[in-house]
Amino acid sequence: MAATEVITADRLTKRFGNFTAVDAISFKVTRGEIFGFLGANGAGKSTAMRMLCGLSMPTSGRATVAGYDIATQSEMVKRHIGYMSQKFSLYGELTVRQNIALFAGIYGLKKLEIKERCASLAESLDFTEEMDMPVSILPLGQQQKLSFSVATIHNPDIVFLDEPTGGVDPITRRQFWELIYKKAAEGTTVFVTTHYMDEAEYCGRVSIMVDGCIKALDTPSELKKEFKAQNMDEVFRSLARKAQRQ
Amino acid sequence: MKKSFTAFIRKEILHIIRDPRTMLIAFLIPVVQMVLFGFAISMEVNDVEVMVCAPKITPAIEAKVSQIAHNPYITFKGYLASDEIDRTIAANKALAVVVFSRDYDKSGEAQVVVDASNPVTAQTSAGYLTQILSGTTENPAPGITILYNPQLRSGYNFVPGIMGLIFMLICAMLTSVSIVREKETGTMEILLVSPIRPVMIVIAKMIPYFMLSCIDLAVILFISKYALGLPLSGSFPALVVTSLVYITLALALGLFVSTIVDTQMAALLVSGMVFIIPVIMLSGMMFPIENMPAPLQWISNIVPARWYIPAMRKIMVEGLGFNHIYPELIVLSLMALALITVSVKRFKIRLQ
Repeated sequence: MAATEVITADRLTKRFGNFTAVDAISFKVTRGEIFGFLGANGAGKSTAMRMLCGLSMPTSGRATVAGYDIATQSEMVKRHIGYMSQKFSLYGELTVRQNIALFAGIYGLKKLEIKERCASLAESLDFTEEMDMPVSILPLGQQQKLSFSVATIHNPDIVFLDEPTGGVDPITRRQFWELIYKKAAEGTTVFVTTHYMDEAEYCGRVSIMVDGCIKALDTPSELKKEFKAQNMDEVFRSLARKAQRQ
Repeated sequence: MKKSFTAFIRKEILHIIRDPRTMLIAFLIPVVQMVLFGFAISMEVNDVEVMVCAPKITPAIEAKVSQIAHNPYITFKGYLASDEIDRTIAANKALAVVVFSRDYDKSGEAQVVVDASNPVTAQTSAGYLTQILSGTTENPAPGITILYNPQLRSGYNFVPGIMGLIFMLICAMLTSVSIVREKETGTMEILLVSPIRPVMIVIAKMIPYFMLSCIDLAVILFISKYALGLPLSGSFPALVVTSLVYITLALALGLFVSTIVDTQMAALLVSGMVFIIPVIMLSGMMFPIENMPAPLQWISNIVPARWYIPAMRKIMVEGLGFNHIYPELIVLSLMALALITVSVKRFKIRLQ
């Protein structure tokens, strides 16, 4: 069933000089899956993610995203993905509506579609007068939810989330994951990095990177069984303890 | 692709309109500078206070004194005795004193004593006075005809300089800051992941500032013509084409800066120190290039304003057209082309 594989990585490697940030990782992600990408700081997950998004060229190995080769067809890859970075990155001085219109416009949505999208987002995010406020005055949790909605405004095949819930309170985090579930149920594949191990439990499958290599890849329950752990936190610790580089 | 491009430009225009500081820099600075340089800061020497010391007043001396008194730049303050000269000048009661010799009618000898605590005013005032004194009824002084700027108005000299400065300020500084701001806030990453091509991001960034500069060009020309009375008698197409090339060059410089620095503060500093100061010091705006030491003259050749400002002077003040400015125009176009190529290349490389 090759058609359902939306991300494939085959010995994907990135070197910066002598330093191998990502060391020949291979994995597959299927359509509609929520794929957790875990690892300590500096383990190489951001670099791997940047390669998959077409922001960085692999040194060797290959990968396809949405069926396109990331090295040779990065323009096509970009049309089929959404991306939300760990930094809040909407335009703070523009209003919610203007931000939505901008990104919808960049992804080539038509005027009427943009209007519809604004209305449906206002409803799902429970925004009323907020629609015409500058984004910078919204609370952080609201901003993150808006960022996610903007990253998926064009209904991409895959959305990449780079530590989307950093610095957000548990209740908002819970709401944020509800958004993720909803999007995944609609058929969007979610590729998410996180530091929160409770969030790892929400993922369909989880990979754990240590020193540029994927050391474990399975469903959270299988991983817990394999490492004889109570929760994902223990799984993560037993792997991360073996890390050579800090 | 066109739709995403227009969406992006719309957003850039929103940024500019939303940010009062940008609007302030873009419109207030040109107007204030034009008014300041055009009216307040003046290299002309006016109202030179002159006194006369003459042992006896003969008709020849009287004729000279009346010439002095009627000179529009001189205020005649009366006669004084020879022992009062030092004291009068020291007390700032007169800037210059003309001393006629005892046998002036025969020898025509006279002396000008001038307060040179400010060398510029001293030189100019002495010039006014020697011009008057050197001529006699039989042998009038050589006639001096001043072309292009008969009243020696400093506005004529400054307006092209201000144009060179303002476009550098608006285009280079504002574009570099606006691109670097996106790097700082992280929005640049989001844009790079989107299908919009990097070249398009760059062009979309430049277009609003290009439009802003065109409005500024119109404002400056309007002030020059109607408030400062510049003739603007040269070729108008040549004026506009040269200015647009210079504006493009400044935009490319801004883009270039944004590819080498990562913070808005650094962008401001670099464009301030590296672009604005050479425009003032090395472009001939303030100090004539011919008077500089040779190494500085060589360096001045890479300052774009050093080519733009003289071209503007030729067009705006001397009333010339394309056939007299093509060396400047060619240099500016080549510089613009080279900078755009290098910056767009660098901008792409950064993505790797």
